[in-house]
Amino acid sequence: MTSQRNSVGDGSVPQTLTGRVTLGRLKEQAVKAVFFCCALLSIGTTIGIIYVLVTEAVVGVGDSQAFFQEVSLVEFFTETRWTPQFADKHFGILPLLTGTLMIAGIAACIGLPVGLASAIYLSEYASPRVRNLVKPVLEVLAGIPTVVYGYFALVFVTPYVLRPIFQDGLGLDVGVFNAASAGIVVGIMIIPMVSSLSEDALRSVPQGLREAAYALGSTKLDVSLRVVLPAAFSGVIASFLLAIARAVGETMAVTIAAGQTPDLTLNPFRSVESMTAFIVNVSLGDTAVGSIVYKSLYAVALTLFVITLAMNILSQAVLRRFREVYQ
Amino acid sequence: MVTESTQSPEPPALPSLADITTAFSDVADVAERERAVKVETIDLDFFYGDVQALFGVSMQVPEQAVTALIGPSGCGKSTYLRTLNRMNDIIEGTRLSGTVLVEGQDIYAGGIDVVALRKRVGMVFQKSTPFPKSIFDNVAYGPRVAGEKNKAVLTEIVESSLQRAALWDEVKDRLDDSALALSGGQQQRLCIARTLATSPDVVLMDEPASALDPASTARIEDLIFELKKNYTIIIVTHNMQQAARISDHTAFFFEGKLIEFGVTRELFTRPGEQQTEDYITGRFG
Repeated sequence: MTSQRNSVGDGSVPQTLTGRVTLGRLKEQAVKAVFFCCALLSIGTTIGIIYVLVTEAVVGVGDSQAFFQEVSLVEFFTETRWTPQFADKHFGILPLLTGTLMIAGIAACIGLPVGLASAIYLSEYASPRVRNLVKPVLEVLAGIPTVVYGYFALVFVTPYVLRPIFQDGLGLDVGVFNAASAGIVVGIMIIPMVSSLSEDALRSVPQGLREAAYALGSTKLDVSLRVVLPAAFSGVIASFLLAIARAVGETMAVTIAAGQTPDLTLNPFRSVESMTAFIVNVSLGDTAVGSIVYKSLYAVALTLFVITLAMNILSQAVLRRFREVYQ
Repeated sequence: MVTESTQSPEPPALPSLADITTAFSDVADVAERERAVKVETIDLDFFYGDVQALFGVSMQVPEQAVTALIGPSGCGKSTYLRTLNRMNDIIEGTRLSGTVLVEGQDIYAGGIDVVALRKRVGMVFQKSTPFPKSIFDNVAYGPRVAGEKNKAVLTEIVESSLQRAALWDEVKDRLDDSALALSGGQQQRLCIARTLATSPDVVLMDEPASALDPASTARIEDLIFELKKNYTIIIVTHNMQQAARISDHTAFFFEGKLIEFGVTRELFTRPGEQQTEDYITGRFG
């Protein structure tokens, strides 16, 4: 043994050495391949979805015409009526778009400030004991099925919150289905997301920055708002964008609470239809495959996809652009 | 010899050069000993939860001088430093007994405004901690949280603070650049400027040069020498040569206790305690 180990030149030692390396390399390669396939699966799915959306909506395969080959882009983006299921068909995405954006806007007005405030509270103010109590509760909020939120909007928010205030108090007409109740519950729904992601960003700010700020005579509020929040800016904005993307894509609660009335309106107390609600509506009905209504599904889905993709890319860009380098 | 020379500065016999330097140093040492007290602690005990980190530390820090706190890692010197501006308050589960006086005022007494205290007793940390803001906004931070909004006043404060921190010439043309673009040594001087901008009387420094290269360290040491004309400086350092170079007084801490406190030159040449001698001669730590 010893002599073998000492005699480097006789060749036997390098041989076993190469053997072992080859086996290890093989394992390494196999593991790498498995991981690569897993990564490929999600990429493949995404590409598949994009392919289906584009072929049904834009390009058209074989004899079948794609949606945008029958309906012009100009009509799609300027027409103010969305009536694919009526005899007099109009394909203007605007009512669905405003419905979606109004709900997402209301949700953002509620979810972003509340989420951020709770993130600041959890990260900067809460004692470890309180944090350990509040965090799981927020996570429970994230785990509630969205259909429950929709139901909650319909049977609680509208009759017991909106109507007493806006109908009985201010004399406005609040519909059974309305954008406001949907926006409110979606806003509540995105609070845990904003809070959790923003808190991660806030907590990753080095403790040294806080200490330095305290040493300069800052109050806790100064430290939180003037030092920690700006330092975590990119993470907070990214959490906002992801939450808005989630609100835009939210389906079940919106379908239940906002209704299916594709009217072009900015009145939050009237029923609207979001893009996602339309997709649910058409998918559930007995729409004939290949009909124009069926194809409009893909056009709407593609629009939705482009919006959420843009939000995601934007949030990535914000993260990169404003990422501060700490040594 | 020593007492003689301090009483009559001109000895009758022609002295050797060594005698003269010793004599003058000793005169300086006496003057050093008679400096007014700026910060004082009396029987200071400090606890992290159940762990006691400081044991009955009583010390008088003289004003407009540099006092170095030395000792091996974990000896309590940083903890001691942080009790002087109540930085330890922000660590959960810490407890303190005893008295800390800044200009005779008990800073742990009820009704003390910690925010105001920290403006008077500034602090520079081991790791430079520039805020991710512009150079100007970094220095203006302290005055701004204190409520100063006048742009002209802020500009004035920023300029004078950067000048006192010997950074002005390097950054005057790019005050709006991010502070994170500065080099390590510049960042640390920026942090010193930021501390000076709140016009403190006392500046606490927790190993301010330990993460810097020798050239930057030398600049910081020069700066500290300049600053002591106007500020009382208390500096924690691991580096005994540094303590000997820049400080007028030195406190040696060991295992949470103040072992010895004295004029730096005396403590390094004639330590009164065996432990001090062992430490400064490199026998441990």
